[in-house]
This record gives sequence, structure tokens and C-alpha cells, in this order.
Amino acid sequence: MVDIPYEGITGIPPAEVPEVELYHPRSWWTRYVFSQDAKVIAIQYSLTASAIGLVALVLSWLMRLQLGFPGTFSFIDANQYLQFITMHGMIMVIYLLTALFLGGFGNYLIPLMVGARDMVFPYVNMLSYWVYLLAVLVLASTFFVPGGPTGAGWTLYPPQAILSGTPGQDWGIILMMSSLILFIIGFTMGGLNYVVTVLQARTRGMTLMRLPLTVWGIFTATVMALLAFPALFVASVMLLLDRLLGTSFFMPSLVEMGQLSKYGGGSPLLFQHLFWFFGHPEVYIVALPAFGIVSDLISTHARKNIFGYRMMVWAIVGIGALSFVVWAHHMYVSGMFPQFGYFFATTTLIIAIPTAIKVYNWVLTLWRGDIHLRVPMLFALGFIITFVNGGLTGLFLGNVVVDVPLSDTMFVVAHFHMVMGVAPIMVVLGAIYHWYPKVTGRMLNDVLGKFHFWVTFLGAYLIFFPMHYLGLLGVPRRYFELGDAAFIPPSAHSLNAFISVVALTVGFSQMVFLFNLAWSLFKGEASGGNPWRATTLEWQTPETPPGHGNWGKELPIVYRWAYDYSVPGAAEDFIPQNQPPRATQLVQGAAS
Amino acid sequence: MSAIILFLAVLAMIAGWWLSQQRLTAKPWLEEGAVGDFPGGDSMTWPAAKVGLGVFLAVASTLFVLFISAYSMRMSVVDWRPLPIPRLLWVNTGVLVLSSVALQWAYVAAGRHDTESVMIGLLVGGASAVIFLAGQLLAWQRLGAAGYFVASNPANSFFYLLTAVHGLHLTGGLVALGRTSAKMWRGAEIAEMRLSVELCAIYWHFLLLVWLVLLGLLTGWTDDFVDICRQLLS
Repeated sequence: MVDIPYEGITGIPPAEVPEVELYHPRSWWTRYVFSQDAKVIAIQYSLTASAIGLVALVLSWLMRLQLGFPGTFSFIDANQYLQFITMHGMIMVIYLLTALFLGGFGNYLIPLMVGARDMVFPYVNMLSYWVYLLAVLVLASTFFVPGGPTGAGWTLYPPQAILSGTPGQDWGIILMMSSLILFIIGFTMGGLNYVVTVLQARTRGMTLMRLPLTVWGIFTATVMALLAFPALFVASVMLLLDRLLGTSFFMPSLVEMGQLSKYGGGSPLLFQHLFWFFGHPEVYIVALPAFGIVSDLISTHARKNIFGYRMMVWAIVGIGALSFVVWAHHMYVSGMFPQFGYFFATTTLIIAIPTAIKVYNWVLTLWRGDIHLRVPMLFALGFIITFVNGGLTGLFLGNVVVDVPLSDTMFVVAHFHMVMGVAPIMVVLGAIYHWYPKVTGRMLNDVLGKFHFWVTFLGAYLIFFPMHYLGLLGVPRRYFELGDAAFIPPSAHSLNAFISVVALTVGFSQMVFLFNLAWSLFKGEASGGNPWRATTLEWQTPETPPGHGNWGKELPIVYRWAYDYSVPGAAEDFIPQNQPPRATQLVQGAAS
Repeated sequence: MSAIILFLAVLAMIAGWWLSQQRLTAKPWLEEGAVGDFPGGDSMTWPAAKVGLGVFLAVASTLFVLFISAYSMRMSVVDWRPLPIPRLLWVNTGVLVLSSVALQWAYVAAGRHDTESVMIGLLVGGASAVIFLAGQLLAWQRLGAAGYFVASNPANSFFYLLTAVHGLHLTGGLVALGRTSAKMWRGAEIAEMRLSVELCAIYWHFLLLVWLVLLGLLTGWTDDFVDICRQLLS
């Protein structure tokens, strides 16, 4: 690359973006702990989310031990099993995936990718993390309170969630609600930052249609989360009042332990509406950042521009809007007016269209690309396959008549773990392999990475594919023990044992990944600033890892979209977004 | 849930209008070149804090509309017994209007660089907001004394819940207002403070609007309207 002072050529004055006043840390504490730098906050978010995620992973092992070898482990009783289910689900969906995609990747990538020095409200951003940490601590504390965590299931449906007989009725449910309320407050603080930073802090030339799809995904997901989390907030506050003050927002009159309870008239269905009004958008709050990130991984590692960029953007926005009108497909068996079911089945199937467009575009991006099967690419491919799988079973469950018999079976467990568990985790892992060099300046070990990918990918299929079959047999979910039901053949029990063995293996293989993260931090190969030869702005920072304020004296100026890979006639197979057009032509002239 | 769907439809229209200004039909792969060659798509000219407040108001409105959705769903159950609204609420409403007007006055005065009037406006606005909150607590006390407890009927529960949520939002606003006033007190340039005063005034108008809607709901004025909507949608 020829170093040409481009201001002279293009006649563009230096950045006119108003420089923000950066907060400069004065001590070790404000630099690394109470930091207002989005990159530090991103790492804090990621570490906290991963730590609590590991707890949820261990909980899944305990569940699998019980399911695979019922009656063998005396330290797991029926109540604990319900508590494990509840905490595993809640942690994975909210405290791990949401926090990691938006708080972790959002904080790290948004300012760097749009060419900003930091988030627009750094102080609020810092508060966001600390409130999130408090929410996680409150959640974790439920393991140690009398009665333990709540066992109401991650959907926390009343009336059973707050009745005696459900484990964790004393403290667990109260702390769970409090933790959710804190999480939502903390997320709102962060979410305001992500949205306004994308709207207001883009550097010169970074029009919306030049944003990398990662930013589009995170941006749209954040907007959705800001509008969907209030529903969970409302539901949590009202359920908390039902439990603490004896109000009857959700609680119908019922007999509890032989006594007529103090409640009366409340509507459990109201809770379900509120919960799923949050709960369904939540699926896409996790999926859209994954869609965005995977688009960038595929384009970079296939050395090809993303196919149908405009369509990808429209699909992201369309999915975001549609996902607010499908929530009741989670309530087909709750007793709704039947025609509602048809409406929601229709909207559910319509959402498959923009989603399918995205899948086609990923595949067409790969078509005749210069595919480098590096670890991030492997995980991206793993995501596409898994997501298609999970999406197809979603078509089954989206239809009322098919959903009703399958609703309480392992089929549902298999479906949502494929589409919402394995698929986004594939992207998280791929993204960590992809951006780790930018965060630390060192590469992750490739051999360990490939081992990690193959064990995780194949293992996930060995775990969740057989579960579809179990579900079709009618094996129910959420059950502590299956007992001697006549319709469950012995093969189902041995299949359960097999799944458990694989699940433990895959779980332990994640330790290889953790080792890789720690080992590479000190011993990894130095990566340089742009190891993947990528175009987006975060790879063009003057320092790696990027320093405080991200950019040198001047903000970068953007001249092109984010996907100029393998441009015919260009000197290299990628053109960074901040490379001026004339300079490229001069290089071309010199080359010819 | 129809209230929240309608509200989100309005938000979607605003978002759609904004997106339509952003050249989403551009073909970025053909548009290599400098800034300014392609019109549209730059950042907004509003200050970031104002956009931030706008986004926050959208989130807060969503929260209130969801509470209203829950309210309208719950009130159709037979055990609903509306509670008598204390007269005091009308006084409180007047005080909140005064608070909003005072802050608007402060904002206008900030445009004239009239520091003294800004200070007076902020103080009057803040003080009357505090009086409003105290009045709300007094109303709670009177209701409790008359035997309308939080758990005795869902209508009561919603009354306490909605007033509490509104009050908490106002308390949060008072923190921001306090910081602005303190900066003014320490002699900050009025040109710098104009934005802060404006944001406080916008937030106060928003909370006044929310309060008027809630009051309409709690006093039953909007019952007919809610009924009509319910019949239209079901």
C-alpha cells in the first residue's frame, strides 16, 4: 500500500465530526475497574456473563446426570432438578446471551466500527455494567438463601411461581424478580448508549448503508430490547407485588395447602401475555446480533462481499418489526380464543421469509468465494447449518395443530436449543476467535481452536438431534423422572444416557477453550493490527489493542462500504473502509 | 395488549419515516467516494443528549403503555371495584402543571440569557415537583386511612402501582434537575446550561402528559373510550 496523504488529493478537510470530550482516567481504579471506556466495560460484561454462564453450564450437567441415570445420584432431588432447569434457562437466555451480545460485543464493536472515540454517554455506560453485575450477584445469591433459587421454570408462570410447593417460594422468587428488575434497569442504561452512539457518533462518511452488518444487527436488537424488556419489567413488578403485598394482579382465587388463599380474580394469562411480549422479541434480540456478526465473519473469511447487503439490512429491520406480533405462538396451549392462534401462526410463518432471505444470502456469499476454513469461519458455517435445522423445526411448532401434541415434549427442548442455544453460541465462539486478536493483540491457538470447534459442533448435534426423536415419542420435558410409562421404550432411556455422556464431554471440552483464552493471552502468536485482512474500521486502529479514544489524533474518514473484498483490479484482496478512492486508483496504476 | 400494539405501531411509523430519510435503497457497493458525494445518511444535527432523552422517553412510554394494557385487561374481571379518587389529586395535578410551566419558563429565559429568571424557574419547578410528590404520598395516606389498602382490590393495587411508578420517574427527573440547578448555582455559563434546562423541561412535560393520561384512567373518564376500543378490536 502506498502511503498517500489523502487530504491533499480529495480536498476533504480533516474530520469535522465534533470531537467528544473524553474522560481521562487518573488512577488504576478508574482505568481498569470503574472505567468509562467502552472497551473495558465490554470486557467486564463479557467476563461476568461468561462466569455466570459457566454456572448455568454446570447446572445443565446436573440435569443431564439425573435424566441419563435416574435414581443414581442421591444429591439431586426433584425440587433441585426444577431449580436447575429454572436457573439454567434464565441465566443462559438473559444473563449470558443478552448481556454478552449487547453488553459485550455491542460495547466493544459499536464505537470501533462506526469510527467513534467512545460511547456517547460513558458514565451511564459504566453504571450499566455495575447495575448488571449487581443483578448477577443477586441472582447468584439465590443459591445460598434458605429454600434455594426458584424452581418455577424460566417462564415463571403464576400462580405456581409464588405458591408454596414450588421450590424457592420464600426467597428465591423474590430475589429472581429483583434481579430481573435490576437487569432491565442496567440494560436500559447501556441500550440508550448503543442506540444513540450508532445514531449520532458515526464518523464522517459512515452512512447507515455503509455500516457493517454487525452494527446493524446489534443496533436493531438493542432497539427491540429497549421496547421489549419493559414488558418483563411490568410483569416482574406486578408478580413481586403479588408475592410480597398480596395483591391479585395475576393470582386467581385458589386453594393452597387445603386453605383458601388470600388471592382472587387475578389473570395468569395476563402474565403470559406480558412475559411473551418480551419473550419472543428476546429470541431475536439474541439472534439479530448473531446474524450480523456471522455475516461479517463469512464475508471476511470467504474474501467476498456479502451477497445482497441491502436485502440483509431490510431483513434485519423486518424481522425486528415482525417479532413483536408473534408472541402468542408460545401460548397455543394456554387457552386462547382459537382464531388468535391462526393469526399468530400466520405471522410466525411470515417471519420465516426475511430469515430465509438471510440464509440464502449467506450461502450465496460462500458460493465461489475464496473460503478460508479458519476457526471463526468454521463456527460461522456451524451456525448456518444449526440455525437452518432449528428454523425448520420452528415451522413445525409454529403451526397450532402440530404444536399442541408436541408442546410439552423434548421436541421443544431440541428446537429451542438448536435455534437459540447452539446457534448463537456458535456465533459467540466464532466472534471471540475472530476479535480476540484485536482485543489482546495475540492470536488464539489454531489447533486447540479446531479441536474445540469439532467437539462442540459434532457434540451439539449428538446431544440435540436425538432429542427430536425423544420428543416425537412423547417423552415429556421438565420431568424429574420418566418412571415406567408404557409409551416410552427402553431405547429412549438408553438414548437419554447417551445424550448425557455426550453433554458432559462437550461441556468439559469447553475447558480447552478457556485454557486457550488464558494461554494465548501470554503465549499466543502476535497478531498485528489486521490479521484477517479485514475492511471494517476496528481493524484499522493505529494501535492494537486500541488505545483510549480508539483513534489517533483524527477520526477516520469512511469512503466505502464494509465489504470491498476481492475487488477486481485492486492491489490487495481487501480495501479498508477508510482508504480513499484516489489512492486505490494510484496503486492500481502503479501495479499495471 | 391492544394498547401496546397501537403504541408500537405509532413508534414503528416514526422509525419508518426516519429510515425512509436514510437512503436505505442506496447501493453502497457502487458508491465509493468521499463524504458529501451522496446526500443524506449523516448523523442528526441534534445534540446526542437530546436524542438520548428522546429514546429514553420512548422506552418510558412503552413501560407506561404496558401498565395501561395490563390495567385494561385486569379491569374487565368482575372483582374490579373502582376506588373513589381523593380530591387532593386535583390539587396535585395543578401543582404538576405549575412545575411544568415553571421549567418551560426557565427554558425560555435561558434563550434570553436571563440567568436570574432561569434560576427562579428551576427552583419553582423543582419545589412544586417535590410538593406534588408529597401530595401524592398524602393521597396514599388518606386512601389508606379510609380503608382502601393496596391488596384489598385490584383497582386499588393499580392505583398505588401507577402513582408509584410515575412518582419514581419524577424523582429520577429531580436528580437531573438538581444537578442542573447546582451547576447554575456554581455559575456555569448559561449558553452551556441551555440544553440541560431544555431537557429537564421536555422530561417534565412528558411526565405531565403521562400523569394526565393516568388520571383519566384512574378516575374512569377514559372508561368509555377504553370500552369502545375493546369492542373495536375484539
